[in-house]
Amino acid sequence: MLRSFGPLLAAACLMVSATGAGAQEVRAAVLRVDYPSLLPISRYDLRAEDLAFAGAALADEDNNTTGRFMGQSYETVTVATAPETAPEEMRALLDDGIRYVVLDARAEEVTALSDLAAEAGALVFNARAPELALRSEACRANLLHIAPSVAMQADAVAQFAIWKQWDRWLLVSGSNPEDRALADAYRRAARKFGATIVEEREFEDTGGARRTDSGHVMVQRQLPTFLQDTEAHDVVIAADATDYFAAYLPYHLWTPRPVMGSAGLRPVTIHAAHEAWGATQFQTRFEKLTRRHVQEEDYNAWLALRVLGEAVTRTSSADPQVVEDYILSDAFELAAFKGQKVTFRPWNGQLRQPILLYDDRITVSVSPQEGFLHQRSPLDTLGLDAPESDCTAFQ
Amino acid sequence: MKHLMLSAALCMAATGAFAGKAFVSNERGNTITVVDTETWEVLEEFEGGNRPRGITLSPDGSLLYVCASDDDTVRVFDTDTYEELYTLPSGPDPELFVIHPSGSPLYIANEDDNLVTVTDTDAHTVLAEVPVGVEPEGMAISPDSKWVVNTSETTNMAHFIDTADYEIKHNILVDQRPRYAEYLDDGTRLFVSSEIGGTVSVIDIAEDGTPTLRQKIGFEVPGVLPEWLQPVGVKAKSDGSRIFVALGPANRVAVIDGASLEVVDYIMVGQRVWQMAFTPGEEYLVTTNGNSNDITVIDVAAEKAIKSIQVGQQPWGVAITPN
Repeated sequence: MLRSFGPLLAAACLMVSATGAGAQEVRAAVLRVDYPSLLPISRYDLRAEDLAFAGAALADEDNNTTGRFMGQSYETVTVATAPETAPEEMRALLDDGIRYVVLDARAEEVTALSDLAAEAGALVFNARAPELALRSEACRANLLHIAPSVAMQADAVAQFAIWKQWDRWLLVSGSNPEDRALADAYRRAARKFGATIVEEREFEDTGGARRTDSGHVMVQRQLPTFLQDTEAHDVVIAADATDYFAAYLPYHLWTPRPVMGSAGLRPVTIHAAHEAWGATQFQTRFEKLTRRHVQEEDYNAWLALRVLGEAVTRTSSADPQVVEDYILSDAFELAAFKGQKVTFRPWNGQLRQPILLYDDRITVSVSPQEGFLHQRSPLDTLGLDAPESDCTAFQ
Repeated sequence: MKHLMLSAALCMAATGAFAGKAFVSNERGNTITVVDTETWEVLEEFEGGNRPRGITLSPDGSLLYVCASDDDTVRVFDTDTYEELYTLPSGPDPELFVIHPSGSPLYIANEDDNLVTVTDTDAHTVLAEVPVGVEPEGMAISPDSKWVVNTSETTNMAHFIDTADYEIKHNILVDQRPRYAEYLDDGTRLFVSSEIGGTVSVIDIAEDGTPTLRQKIGFEVPGVLPEWLQPVGVKAKSDGSRIFVALGPANRVAVIDGASLEVVDYIMVGQRVWQMAFTPGEEYLVTTNGNSNDITVIDVAAEKAIKSIQVGQQPWGVAITPN
């Protein structure tokens, strides 16, 4: 025995009888907040009606298959709501006795809804909002983050750029608050890993026609001129969290360079062509069940509920406090088709996971990159490390 | 003695059946590579169906069974002529299987459907379908043939299926993503590898077959990230003195002492080492290395890698003919 397995062994030493003990029912919800939004640049990005819910359906199947041997059953209800009605939907779920809620919502709703859930002693999984504040000063003790932060996404891209020795960046960002927050994450990543942002340009969101019949003609003329006369750079880093211009960048630059970030090579938690580490099985199960390709929202919801299922399996408890304590402990580990176990940061409740770098067709690379080391885990080279987070809710 | 050797040589000349052969399934190349286990030369490479993974032989070595995962069938080949003889019903996406010592049935893990399919190899019929955990993979049969063990990768259990009535009688929780199960020859112990958990669970087996988790064995190699130490294939020597564990992307095979259950050595092999098989008499251990498209031959007594041989694309499993 070269490593210590004390607590892990104790928790895992459950010998499970095939007949099972008394049935334990675990009820959860996925609450998805749908915001008014413009059509995406690409039809491929149209939101499916069962977005996120489909991942929950697969998680229920997976958890129930395991639960059969444990005397546990899982049921997840799904609710789609407008932002205004989200609090009452959350209250209804809590009144119904549900104590585990996966939230697919933006940061503002995530904090408000988590506080509502806290009053009922419920545990919330953030499956969407990437904002840093949620993992720092605005963190909540009952809020765990499945979705990567903007810092994890930016660091994943930055490490690949450094590995390629593309260390002179042209940062092109959008003008909306979310775009600027993402640009901040790239500035932070450049400092962290030693890249130089040689120049920045902000492409203002004037709300132009995106996909009209001749829209591409305008784009083809406007974008290159907007990007001329820049300092010499190796790569263009795009920060467009609101999806209004980055998709056009790769072939409309003035100086031909690779694009990474919000277009070109993008940091994602999953994509439908990801096959490594047994993910093919995940894809075929998902497609059989839902008749479509998986999206990040689906995977994040699936992963949240698998985290819950794993904690219930190992603790034989459905009590939110017991479950959360286990999830945040050293004993927790879960396989998520990422080639290594995913675990949680006890200082801010963030799930540690490798980030796939995707070119809209294949997995080009996976971060953390080789050679980026950390005393705890290479995964902690992505995102907010303990000294960088102002979160105190978990202490 | 001289007489014996002479007759042995005559037999070989007559049938050619005494030359040992290693059959390697090439998951991405859709082929089976045949390697001579004396000269370690590649003899042949033939079509193995789509995505061949699990591979095993009939007890007499005359039939080769291959899980053609993407064809949803088990393909059966003649080990002399390499001709495909027939296919067996396997259930969808067969990945790995284990054969009853008598030669029938085959117990097949259906990765996509959370089932173990039991297939009669003589009658070519399905005898039973046993619902198991999510993503079944590892398959083992107890030496007394009373139990078949299946490991489910996402449920993280070893399921103990009673071969008399195909009911699951015991489940043991192990670490994340259990890939392979291996009984000791005397049936007193079972080893289950957990790829993502990075451990091998040691499970003691009582006389009536009841399993108890004894301990977990971890791995540590200086200069290799712990995340890369991913146990997959496991092979135990018949006397139980050594257990070999393939460590996937760590490109090493760990050597575990059977008495102390301590890791005593790591043997460098090819890249992403997955499955393994002994030659008859356990003189050599052959490993499949998926990323370097080769197999490594380990001298078991010396515990050293002595040779590597290029095979097809992404070698997955290996089966070696009995003498």
